[in-house]
Formats: sequence, structure tokens, C-alpha cells
Amino acid sequence: MNTVWALAGVVIKELYRRKDFYVLFVLTAVMTLLMGSITFFNDPRIASYLKDICLLLIWISALVIAITTTARQIPAERENRTIFPLLAKPVTRGQVVAGKFLGCWLASGIALGVFYLFFGVVSASREHDLAVIQYLQALWLHWVMLAIVVGLALLGSLVFAAPSSNATICFIVVLGILLLGRHLNQVALQQPEPLRTVVYSIYFLIPHLEWYDIRDLLLYDHPGLRWTDCLLATLYAGVYTAMLLLGAWLLFRRKPLHA
Amino acid sequence: MNRPVRHSLLLLLLASACFTLATLLQPRVATWGQRHAADSLMKVVLGDGRRLFANHFFVQADVTFHSGYYPSIFDRDQAPKGTRHLTASPEDHAEHDPDPASPGREKDEDHSGHACEMSFLGPPRDWIEAFGRRFMVTEHTHLKGGKEREMLPWLKISAELDPQRVETYTVASYWLRNLGKFQEAERFLREGLRNNPKSYEILFELGRLYNENLQDPNRARNVWELGVRCWDERESKKDKPDLLALDELTVHLADLEEKAGNLARAIEWLQRALRASPRPEAVQERIEDLQRRLAAGGSRPSP
Repeated sequence: MNTVWALAGVVIKELYRRKDFYVLFVLTAVMTLLMGSITFFNDPRIASYLKDICLLLIWISALVIAITTTARQIPAERENRTIFPLLAKPVTRGQVVAGKFLGCWLASGIALGVFYLFFGVVSASREHDLAVIQYLQALWLHWVMLAIVVGLALLGSLVFAAPSSNATICFIVVLGILLLGRHLNQVALQQPEPLRTVVYSIYFLIPHLEWYDIRDLLLYDHPGLRWTDCLLATLYAGVYTAMLLLGAWLLFRRKPLHA
Repeated sequence: MNRPVRHSLLLLLLASACFTLATLLQPRVATWGQRHAADSLMKVVLGDGRRLFANHFFVQADVTFHSGYYPSIFDRDQAPKGTRHLTASPEDHAEHDPDPASPGREKDEDHSGHACEMSFLGPPRDWIEAFGRRFMVTEHTHLKGGKEREMLPWLKISAELDPQRVETYTVASYWLRNLGKFQEAERFLREGLRNNPKSYEILFELGRLYNENLQDPNRARNVWELGVRCWDERESKKDKPDLLALDELTVHLADLEEKAGNLARAIEWLQRALRASPRPEAVQERIEDLQRRLAAGGSRPSP
């Protein structure tokens, strides 16, 4: 386990050495503060549009950080030939996969924590109130969702040749699920057979990332989720992440390392 | 003269040339394009393409009004039709629930047209959908208690993007009036009128602001009468004219004249409303009542 933590630590260090996170955070902050400086109809209490924009930017930034950080991990090790001394430590390939996943997920979590802290400050300064439970639930579910995304990008980095193609495909898949996942069953029912069965099968196969997007509940001050639902959603994400990591390990185990 | 000094002087010379040219060219450049100096940033950046996004922001206002409970493009058949539900008074919506969902929102449990329209979810088709609903807004509520102000930024952005979209001004003005922001409502409606000079809808809303909120019936009368003239100009020759708008204008004018004691004028407006009203029998009853009062010599303002 120490080896996995050591590998994860390297990935976390990489997050704060690279400029991606800082650029995205500054962009999010500047755009939010610029929008916040506008007063609509002389009413400074209007807040939901600002929260909406800020949360949207946080979701985009978190996805960019998680996917781009993960997609380059193993290809970069292979390209720089650092994978050979790493595996000679001795570190097993399973530990590499686990360490890279843990590092990317924790790095995404740290970035997410900073983003949500900023969101909390913006929200509380406007509304003079903060629904702490809903806020923590949104943060937790967002982070749990990123575990699946990181797992997917890690698997993709072993399937696709270049990090750029992996990142692009991951973005398309994740955005596709977020936007359409909820409605695939409805679409399936309108199709003739055998297309209906195919679409319905995809609906049951894909990880339903849209569950973890509870921005509307947070924006419009709805009551918090039940903790059992949060726990079940966490278990669901855990199962999918484990499946993706197992797939990544199986692929990595048989993969020749020289480019 | 050494080389660095020469370079600095050359740089200064070029900078002075740039500045001089800029002062000469700037006034000419301003007259080249059609763009007015007062054009908004969005107009400059997006051009006419901005109108495509205006509807999105108008719908976003509707989503905010429903606290996130709104049909997606896959439930388009169940999406609310028109914009009247956005400006329906709280009395028109359900008041059946004495214990609303939470402060700032009221539960809509009536089974009127809008509530039925918005019952788009139906029973879940499978366990994924059933579980997924625990993470989304599944209750039809409307903002209330001043929270309606949260819709206003989207309406303002929508108006910026498509200044010819009349509903944006009327819906925003309705809520601004409800929130007690009369000056802002007037300013926004005037802006709408500048962009849509013949809009009887905006004139009607402006008249309501003068009559109901600013207690200025004379200005309301002028604005509504102008509204009727605009309606005649735009709608009277159409196969399917907007009769509801004419009904609203004429009935409000009749009310105004009745309150002012001008019963004959009120009857004239009601006779116009008779041809536009969806309930002509009720209008006819009112005309007869006013005629009786006029015959009895009652042209005093009604209490």
C-alpha cells in the first residue's frame, strides 16, 4: 500500500507543479467575479445566476483537470522511459495502475475542494447563508463521479495511442452520458427492434454520471439528499471504478512497454 | 550617439507616429461601420447570431421560475406552451397547499392546464430512472416571496441578445412590478418600446404599470389608446388576429373610463371588447349595466 501512496504522491505533486489547475481556477474566479460585479435591475440580492455560472465553470474545470491529468500519466511514463526503473523497483503493474488512479483522483479532489471553497465564499457573500449539508453532498457526489471519469481515462490511456485522442474520446463519452444518459431509455422505447434492445442495453451498461450532478438541488435551495441515497450512489460509482481499473490492469499486464 | 540611445529614440519616434495616426484615423473609422457607439458588447461580439441564444436564456428564466423542475428536449411535447404561465398571478396557481415545500417556493398541486402540462415525469420506467429521480428536482413548484427576482438576470440577458423578443420585456416587467421595482420596470419597458415601437403588448404592460402601480391613469389611458392603435395597425388585417390582447386593452380602458366617470366612453370600449372577448355574454351584461347607469344620469366615478 505504501508503494501505491508513493505513486499517488508523485501525481499530486505534478498537479501543483503544472499550470493547468492555476489557469482553470483563475479563469473560473475571474469569470465569476466579473459576472458578480453586474447588478441586474439594482438588486444586489440576486444570486442564483452567479451560482449557476460558477458551478458550471467548476464542473467544466474539474472534468478538464481529471481527464487531462489522467490521460497523460502512463503514456508520459512510457515516452520518458521512466516506466522501466519504476517497474524495476520492484513495483507491480497493478500497483502502478492503482497508484496512478489514486493520485489522479486525490489530485482532482484537492482541486475540487479549492473550487468549492471559492464557490462557498461567493455564494455566502451574496446570500449571507450557506446550506452546508447540500453543499457537502454536492462536493462528495462530484468527487465520487470523478472517480469513474479518472478510471475511464486511465483505461483509455492504455487503449488509445495518444493522450490527446484519449482525452477527446473521454470528453465526448462523459459529456454524452451527462447530457443524454438520463433519457436513453426514453429514446430506446421510440426505436424499432432490434435498435430498441441495443439502445436499452447501452442505457443499462453505461455509468449514470448524471445522478451525481445535483447542481439544481443546490441552486434552488431544495432540501438535501438522503444519506442512504448518497451511500448507494457511492457504492455504484465504486463498482464501476473497480471494473474500469480491473480492465486497465488486465490491459496493462499484457502491454509491451517499449513505444 | 550610442546604439541603445538610438534605438530608444527610434522607438519613441514610432510611438509618436502611432499616436498621431490614431488621433487622425479614429474619427474616420468610427463612421465606416454601421455599428453605433452604444451597441452592447454582446451585439458587437455575436452579431445577429445572438438571437439564437436568446430563447435559451428565456427558457432558463422559466427553469428558474420552476426551481429546476422543467421538461428536457426529450419531453418537448410536455413543455409549457407560451409564456402566460410565467405571468400568472399566485392566485392563479395552486394555493391548495398550506405548507409549501420550502420558503421561497410554492407547491403547484392544482390540476389546471399548466400543472397538467408540467406533469411530464410519469412513473419511472426502470430502477435506474427511479433511483436517478432521487438526485433531481421532481416537484412542481414556483418561486415566491421575493425569490422571483432570481429569474430577472436571464430575462435581461435574453433581451440583450434578442431585443425584438417582446415577451421578455412583458414578463420581466410583470415580475419587476410584483417586486415593487416600478422605476426599473418602466425603464425596461421603455427600452423594449424603443426596440419594438409598435408593440401593443409592451404598451399594455406599460399602461398597467402607470395605472396599477404609479397611480397615473392619464398616462395609462394614453399608452393603452396608443396600444389599440398599434393593434389596429398590426393585427386587424390578419386572418387570426391576437384578439386576447385587444380584449385586455379595451377592457382595461373601459375600467379606467368607468372609474373616471366617462361611462359613454367606457361603453364604447366594451363594445370593441365584445368582438374580441372569449366571453362576450359577460361583456354584454356589463354594457347593459353601464347603459342603465348612464340613462339614470350616473356619470360619477364609481366607488
